[in-house]
Amino acid sequence: METTMNKQTHLDWMAAVRLGLLGGVVALLVSLVGMVQTFGAKDVIGGVLSQGHTLLLLVGVGIGYLVSRRLSGQRHEVILAATLAGFIAGVMLTILALVAVPINLRSVLVNASPKLVEILTFGRGQVVGSILWLVLSTFAGGLGGAYSYLPARISRPLLTGIAWTIILGVFQDVLKGVIPQYIGRLFFASSGLSVAGAIIIFAVVTSLSVLWSQKGEGVRQRFAALPPQRRQVLRSGTVGAGLLLMLLVPLVAGTYLTEVVDNVGIYILMGLGLNIVVGFAGLLDLGYVAFFAIGAYTMGIFTSTGGLGIAHMSFWTALPIAVGAAVLGGVVLGVPVLKMRGDYLAIVTMAFGEIIRVLALSDALAPIIGGAQGVLNIPKASILGWRLAGPEELYYLIVAGVLLAIFVSTRLHDSRIGRAWIAIREDEDVAEAMGVALVKHKLLAFASGAAFSGLSGAIFATKLGSVFPHSFNLLVSINVLCLIIVGGMASIPGVIVGALILMGLPELLRTFGEYRYLLYGAMLVVMMLVRPEGFIPATRRRRELHAENNLAEEV
Amino acid sequence: MLRRFIRNLTATDVFLWIIRIAIIGAIVYGSVATLVSGKYSGENWLDFTVFGLAQGSLYALIALGYTLVYGILLMINFAHGEVFMSGAFTAYHVALAFGNSGFMDRNPLVALLICLVVSMGVSAGVAILLERIAYRPLRNAPRLVPLITAIGASFLLQYTFRGLYGSGVRAYPDVKALEGTWTIFGIEILKTQTIVILASFVLLAGLYLFVQRTKTGKAMRAVAQDKDISALMGIDVDRVVVITFALGGLLAGAAGLLYALIFKQVHFYMGFVPGIKAFTAAVLGGIGNPLGAAIGGLFLGIFESVGPSLFLDGLGIAAPYQLKDVIGYSMLVLVLIFLPSGILGERLYEKKA
Repeated sequence: METTMNKQTHLDWMAAVRLGLLGGVVALLVSLVGMVQTFGAKDVIGGVLSQGHTLLLLVGVGIGYLVSRRLSGQRHEVILAATLAGFIAGVMLTILALVAVPINLRSVLVNASPKLVEILTFGRGQVVGSILWLVLSTFAGGLGGAYSYLPARISRPLLTGIAWTIILGVFQDVLKGVIPQYIGRLFFASSGLSVAGAIIIFAVVTSLSVLWSQKGEGVRQRFAALPPQRRQVLRSGTVGAGLLLMLLVPLVAGTYLTEVVDNVGIYILMGLGLNIVVGFAGLLDLGYVAFFAIGAYTMGIFTSTGGLGIAHMSFWTALPIAVGAAVLGGVVLGVPVLKMRGDYLAIVTMAFGEIIRVLALSDALAPIIGGAQGVLNIPKASILGWRLAGPEELYYLIVAGVLLAIFVSTRLHDSRIGRAWIAIREDEDVAEAMGVALVKHKLLAFASGAAFSGLSGAIFATKLGSVFPHSFNLLVSINVLCLIIVGGMASIPGVIVGALILMGLPELLRTFGEYRYLLYGAMLVVMMLVRPEGFIPATRRRRELHAENNLAEEV
Repeated sequence: MLRRFIRNLTATDVFLWIIRIAIIGAIVYGSVATLVSGKYSGENWLDFTVFGLAQGSLYALIALGYTLVYGILLMINFAHGEVFMSGAFTAYHVALAFGNSGFMDRNPLVALLICLVVSMGVSAGVAILLERIAYRPLRNAPRLVPLITAIGASFLLQYTFRGLYGSGVRAYPDVKALEGTWTIFGIEILKTQTIVILASFVLLAGLYLFVQRTKTGKAMRAVAQDKDISALMGIDVDRVVVITFALGGLLAGAAGLLYALIFKQVHFYMGFVPGIKAFTAAVLGGIGNPLGAAIGGLFLGIFESVGPSLFLDGLGIAAPYQLKDVIGYSMLVLVLIFLPSGILGERLYEKKA
């Protein structure tokens, strides 16, 4: 009896220490990489909490939470362990704050600056600041540990409330530009939310969340109980309203936001194309930017009024040519890789992308496509005399393109071709044995993916008015791949959400923009470890990736 | 015989044959035209070759990291280029401190050895962390999942080091002892290049002995053959995997310092291109085969350094040296299309999925 008791109450304190050290390392990296400092310049709650501090506290809370999830033991022990982990993480950061002053770390670690130390010690001197930080970090760890013991009906609304407060505080610049001033003055201080604003937002969101958790189930059940026709009407009504709202975006959002949305739209187009290749057919293509480049350069050369223009066509006549050229490129690059699988395919397509970029940049092809100088003077598109010049007008062109792409890829997905693609993705050999024509369907996938990318490139060319080789580096391919994966492979809404998160957010949050690729990298790794199916997974893929769990549940 | 060959020919085969013939034709025509024009002297060619050899031996060192990991886990460690960068970039700070204090000039051998140890240590540490945090939890995941993780880890590492050490290009301090040339067999060779080639060969030989002669090496070979059976035989598979990553990291770190000796500069993005090239080299030699990686690296290095002048100049292409990377990448593509098991043959015991 006593031994079993011991077993139950035994808690692995070393594991808590290890997690604390891990948290400390993360906090140190976040500080030394410069994120704390950059974010420290802006407040979440004006005068109370800067973004940098929020980030560090979140690390503490996160590590406490991790402790409570990883370790098992009695409640007070686990919370104590989480507090210990928070304390250890805090100690590591304090050491940095103390060491960075007498030893000049800056010649090696560019971000270990006096400014960072000031943030870490809250500008209150080293001793007081350090103690304050230690207390806060310990507390954050304990909080994270305690969180998982709260009943869900309390913890969910609490989390939602805090999350929204932080999000609204971080998005201050964007929101201040959109909402009327008299409301803005109530909610926002000169930097970040005002204290009153933060409390109001937290209270409102939390109570709404409580309300939803009580009533939400009822609403959902009532919706499910409706006759199918009514449900259909409601659904299409929502979609229609959404579309209408979408058309109003340029009128409400202003030029800058519309510009951001335009860029997101271009990436959604590319994402939908790559989604066919990677998501549907399972062919990991890392050189996808090649087709974007082909589309853009074709558009440039055929329409440019400058020296390199060869045909001086209008946008609309050149568009099919650009898309056609991209499709041709898709087939030509697709044929040699037909027999390759998985990672080999990824590396070869990446090499293709790089070859295209180096060629575009080289002097060898400069007489045709301009080398480093690029193609200039690409005219804007126009419809019946309406010139699509500014971001507001282009927005409609892009929305039209995206809607077309969504329509085409949904139809393709549900067609015989789409099923063939999925069969190839699941198992090439079996698919072939079942009579799926591999060559034809693989090339079709490459070609249709390239078509969307070419369309996107063509729009990109006319949007910028010029085409330069440096717009087509590997990072574009990686961006597109990331947005598909984060959104959810093979899921069309996933592509849109992924593009909004990965392309839209960094534009809106300039401070994040600097750490975009660092965060992408972290996101890809964490996503693959925790949620490989993405935010909005396609049903089939979720089942596939969690096959073991399902089996375990069934057993 | 011929009729049967033609009957079995599909459209894709025809297309591939056309590519094959066109490339061989272009290479032959370009080389002949260059040689006939006599634009480059014998000395030029020799310089190109020695430089290619030096560069190739760096590729070989990095390629071994890819090949060892691929041999055991069947995954492309896309972040290996960043492992290489992390060592070189960290050792830069040590070298800079030695250069400023004059230690580098007084005791170049000791100073460089310390830099080497730092570079190798950091790279090995990064490789081990990478395995532990990013790859181990995914060992049984679907195939694309670890590759995507590796791409993510590659970006994470690049931009972490950019944040830590800054985004600028840093010039490595000069090593006075290594300036100038040595004359070996009547050929003048830059001292740095000699050192790089020699050091690489020593390291490659060391690795070969380690894998073939030690007990751990035997365990590595066993795990590469069959993980499950090795585990049954009492081999700690996790430990072997960690050692493999560590070995790859050590070699990449050494390559990092040697790279800095030749090219005299480091930056956070420096790992990407050598990483891809080294992967090419690994595939070229037959991935999973350490000896192949070494040969593939040397071959690629020489090809890349001689190629632009030899084939492209003759074809009348402007500024052929800009297209050096195109040669490397094309080589990767062509090898994978026409010779997917590499020069020495892929040494993989399990069938690839």
